[in-house]
Parts: sequence; C-alpha cells; structure tokens
Amino acid sequence: MQGFQPILLSVHGLSCTVSGRQLWHAVGLEVGAGERWAVTGPSGSGKTVFLRTLAGLMPRQAGEIQLRGQSFDRVWVPAWRAQIVYVPQRPALPEGSVQAALAAPFRFRAHRGRAFLSEDAGRYLAQVGIAADFLRQDVATLSGGEAQVVAVLRALLIQPSILLLDEPTASLDPARAGKVEMLVHHWQSAAPDRACVWTSHDPAQLTRVSDLRLAIGSPS
Amino acid sequence: MKPSYLEIGNWQLAFSAGLILVNLLLSGWLRLGLTRSLAVASVRMAVQLLLVGLVLDYIFALDRPLPVVAIGLVMTAFAGVAAVNRTRRRFAGIYLNSVLCVFAASYVVTGAALLGILNVEPWYRAQYAVPLLGMVLGNLINGVSLALGHFMDGAMRDRDLIEGDLALGATRWEAAHPLIVASLRTGMIPTINSMLVMGIVSLPGMMTGQMLAGAAPASAVRYQIVIMFMIVAATTLGTFGVVLLAFRVVFSRQHQLRVDRLRLP
Repeated sequence: MQGFQPILLSVHGLSCTVSGRQLWHAVGLEVGAGERWAVTGPSGSGKTVFLRTLAGLMPRQAGEIQLRGQSFDRVWVPAWRAQIVYVPQRPALPEGSVQAALAAPFRFRAHRGRAFLSEDAGRYLAQVGIAADFLRQDVATLSGGEAQVVAVLRALLIQPSILLLDEPTASLDPARAGKVEMLVHHWQSAAPDRACVWTSHDPAQLTRVSDLRLAIGSPS
Repeated sequence: MKPSYLEIGNWQLAFSAGLILVNLLLSGWLRLGLTRSLAVASVRMAVQLLLVGLVLDYIFALDRPLPVVAIGLVMTAFAGVAAVNRTRRRFAGIYLNSVLCVFAASYVVTGAALLGILNVEPWYRAQYAVPLLGMVLGNLINGVSLALGHFMDGAMRDRDLIEGDLALGATRWEAAHPLIVASLRTGMIPTINSMLVMGIVSLPGMMTGQMLAGAAPASAVRYQIVIMFMIVAATTLGTFGVVLLAFRVVFSRQHQLRVDRLRLP
C-alpha cells in the first residue's frame, strides 16, 4: 500500500470531549488514495463521533482536517461533504421510490452540472446481483438491509473521494452484508483516487474490508 | 350621552358568573378534577379584563400617542412570550426572537392599516389602534407558536433525514427547506381555514362586538374584512421571521444540524 499514492485526507491532533469525558485525544490519520481503513475502539469510544467529525457534521473541538491539502475551515462545507460522505448505521430515506431517493442529492447546489443516471445505479445493482426493477420499489416497503444498500448506493453515486461507513451492516444478514461490502469494493476499484473508512463490530468483516487500522479511545 | 347599547351592571356581571356553576356542579359530580383550574381561570379572566378596562379607559381619555404606543409594546411583549410558552422546546434567545418578530409583524401591519387604509386622524387614536393591534396579536400568537413548534419538533423528529441530506452535500437551506415550508404552512393554515367559513359557520368576535355596540352589520363586516387581511399579512410576516431566526440557530453556519441546541424545559 505504500508508495506514490497522494494523500487524500489528513487529520492532526483531533480531540473530542463529551460532557466532561474525553473520548479521544490528539488523533492523527493520513488516508492515501486506494487505501482501506478501519477505525477500531471499545464500544462508546466515539467511533461514530469521529467519522461524523471528519464529515464536518459535528463541530470540531480541537485539531485540523485537510482534504487534498485544503483545510476544512477554508472549504465551502457542502463541497467538502460531496467529497467525503458519511453513511450512518441506520439511514433515513425520503418517501417515494428508490430511484427518487437516489436522484434527490443531484438537486443540491454542490452537485450542480451533474445528473442522476439510472444506468449507473443499475450497473452497481447488477454487480451485486440485484435486478434493476429494484429502482421502482417504494422506499417504505424496503427491509432494513435493502434500505442500507440504497443508502450506500446513494453515497457512491455522487462519486466522493472518501466513504465513511459507520457500522453499515450491523443489522444485516450475511448475504446482504456481503452485498454492501461488494458495492463498496466495486466503487473503490473503479478509480484510483478513492478510499474508505469502516467501523464494524464484526472483526471478520474488518479483516475482509480493510488493510489499515486506527485505534481510538482509551482501552478500558 | 347615552350609549346605543345596554350597559352591564355589577349585579348582571355577578349573575353571568352563575353560568359557570353548571360546569362546577358537573365537574364535582363526575370528579373531573377541573373545579380548581376552572375557578382560577374564571377569576383571572374577570380580574384581568376589569383591570384592562380601567387602563384602557385611562389611555382613551389621555388621547396622547405615547401611552398608546406603550400599551401596544406591553401587549406585544406578552404576545411574544405567550407564543413561545405554547411550544415544547427552547433554545437560547427564543423569547427575544419571538418578541421581535411579533413586534415587527404587528406594528408594521397595524401601522399600515391605521395610516394607509383607515386613515385614522390622528393615527394614535386608541379607539382604533388598541383593538386592531389586539386582534392582530391574538391571531399572531397562534401562527407563531404553531410554526415555531412545528419547526423545532420537526428538526428533532426528522434529524436523521435532514442529516442524511447534509451528509450528501446539501446546504443547510436545502436540507431545511421541506421543514421550513411545512412549518410556515402549519402556521398559516388556521387563519386560512377560519377565513373559509367566516360568516357562515362562525361570526367573528370583533364583528359581533361592533353589532352589539350598535354598528350596522354591513359596516361591521367591512371592518372584519380589513382585520382578516391584516391578520393574514401579520401572520405571514411573523411566522416567516420566527422560523427563519430559529433556522439560523438549529442549523449552523457550517451547515450542521445542531439539535443539541434544542432542549425541553
């Protein structure tokens, strides 16, 4: 993994204290293009808070984050989030069809000039063995696992540089979990300048989906 | 000068209080537990109104602009606070926001009506200024509290959905837009609904009052039409202002959803 890959994301001295309790302190991280990371730590160590902080969804208390050499504080935040997308454990999807849910982000100003192509979505779905008529299904009828597939697919389609996956398969059966893993794999291998960061309770999954580890939180 | 309507004396007032005995008896018999609150509410209502009657008599007699503006400000402040008190959640500065919006909306609209529509001379005649402002405020409280409550509850309820949009690159405005629209609609709908049935199902209080005081129904309804348009304009301005100010608190400049700034008292 070493070599000439450019650094996509670099984190220095990131600290976080929640109601008087220090979650993590002076965390550093450099994510290079093509890398697959896992953030590990005991439960309650703030893995979710860490990923949300990287996406700028939470106020940063101390430290510095840069994306391709640009500091978070000097970038228009929606443009930052178009590049580094956070996928939560239990995603909420808007009412309507799967296709509408996938197309919705393309209305945002941060994605101006780009359009949702159902062929792109269909291609990703085909790669994980889901027929294209899945796109016409109503979001309300999806199972938890199917909703998670939609959430990950929705994040992939806006073509970020970095995907932050927070326990994306925690409530899924192994078959569905495998599909989410495959989706991310296909996305990442389609271009060289992509990286992902996972958290998971399942050590076997982390072995499958990541090569590099970042341990945060004080071991209790 | 003898007024063109029947004066209500003290004894008549006391007899009218007998009407709530029906409720007190029923409440006691069925153990509704309403006796106490009904008694308190009745006494408060009577005392508040009698006091306001005295104050207004005084202000009407003074016939000066300053006391009219002053009582208007007191009414506005109470309305702004009451609007917040009907909602569940709080954030820092919510009372100030509400009072400011209620003040701006009610004063702009009432001022425009006094000066531009009714052409009251001089503009501060309490006979017009006080009841018009009071009508506007009474309805504005509803709109502002409904819209504000809907916005805060909605931000909490839909936080996963909103944050999902933010995480995919939505600006705070794009992520909040559906909630802002729904909040404004919630604030406006009672006024719109009441206009739809006005005169058919309901006879508005002010119109009824004018008719009791001897005004011809045809001229009373004209006042009612003006006041309804004033209420619509003020509710639009007030709800928009209060939702926009809440939006700036709940959604940070860094396009973050800050539901941690909302708390239950």
